Amino acid sequence: MQETNAFTTLLKRDFMVAFRHRNEIFNPLLFFSLVTLLFPLGIGPSPTLLQTIAPGILWVAALLAALLAADNLFRTDYEDGTLEQLVLSPQPLPLMVTAKVLAHWLVSAVPLLLLAPVLAVSFGLDAHAIGVAELTLLLGTPVLSFVGAIGVALTVSLKRSGMLLALLVLPLYVPVLIFGSNAIDTAAAGLPVSGQLYLLAALLVLAVTLAPVAIAAALRMSVSQ
Amino acid sequence: MLLEVVGLHCTRGYRALFSELAFTLEAGQLLLVEGHNGSGKTTLLKMLAGLREADDGQVLWDKQPIQAWGAEYRQQFVWLGHSNGIKDDLTALENLHMMQALGGEQAGFPCRDAKSCVSTSTVLERMGLAGNGHRFPRHFSAGMKRRLALSRLLLSSARLWILDEPQAALDRAGIQMFESMLSEHLQRGGSAIMTSHHEVGLRGPHIQRLVLAA
Repeated sequence: MQETNAFTTLLKRDFMVAFRHRNEIFNPLLFFSLVTLLFPLGIGPSPTLLQTIAPGILWVAALLAALLAADNLFRTDYEDGTLEQLVLSPQPLPLMVTAKVLAHWLVSAVPLLLLAPVLAVSFGLDAHAIGVAELTLLLGTPVLSFVGAIGVALTVSLKRSGMLLALLVLPLYVPVLIFGSNAIDTAAAGLPVSGQLYLLAALLVLAVTLAPVAIAAALRMSVSQ
Repeated sequence: MLLEVVGLHCTRGYRALFSELAFTLEAGQLLLVEGHNGSGKTTLLKMLAGLREADDGQVLWDKQPIQAWGAEYRQQFVWLGHSNGIKDDLTALENLHMMQALGGEQAGFPCRDAKSCVSTSTVLERMGLAGNGHRFPRHFSAGMKRRLALSRLLLSSARLWILDEPQAALDRAGIQMFESMLSEHLQRGGSAIMTSHHEVGLRGPHIQRLVLAA
């Protein structure tokens, strides 16, 4: 009971902080839409070409937006000392960390999920493929948030850790990228996509169950510095 | 016996900060950790809180190493480090509710029942921050922020306080208020470990001093 209360309180706190700091919501969103919209301008407006590259572009942009947003996850908490208090609180840290990552996903990835269909239309994807794109993003972006959080937790005590974070985390994002964009591709070709979706779902279950423990351990290490 | 430290050893880089450190802290006692800058005061406090692994030696709580206690040990103390541990984007009251929820005391954020609301606002009053409950700490002075950070001591019923420079940035009235809080806590049977560059106004046999000389 006490733990659930701490969980919801922390979730609400992170929401409030994010809404009082709106660039945390808008930056990834703006980045995502700019990157996806620049490609048609650079490559040319041929519909068949755009349809072929759309899945890859949507996913790469989502992935980079997630990476961009991830840096905020523990940074301010580390600087103002609330992270220290979190680590030293009697509440179970993996659970608290889950609340933080969940709040981060809701704030940074859900707006992106809402915008993605609009951008997909501009690439000329059909309704079925857009539905599948949404599903892959819904399953894949939480994985990006949880896995990214491990990297952020490891590097939060370092100054200017952006490049290191990318090197640590991007290789781990690759499976999500492959299955995500491949599912949209397959859907656009009119073939069944359940295989890719199940694999993404499996990755999600793995990330949600195992990542919090790793994040908690990494945070304990970062705070002890 | 409350807290016992046996043969604690710490190196930073190639330099030994302290070695073979030993002391015990009983209920109702205050331990003042003294030493010049860089003598390892903060590092010692971090080891006592379990934030940092000791290079050698042990910290025992109730005769058991603190690592064995885990979350149960973290329930026994409040920590206040160099940084205040308050969020600039939450109002003072919201910050207090967050502290309460994490500490595992009575809950609510934003306060659901009148009881928890009253208690947090009385804490603010006690800390001399009455009327600032709905303001953001971002607009506070450094001393007011420290007062808000010290509020966590009043919200918690923990037996041990671990404080790193608690009086930093406080004005004279603030220091007096902190000292009265501290002596109340000690009289109740609580104990405290703190570092300080200020002379502490408390006197008595229950005050120990530990001088770190690197």
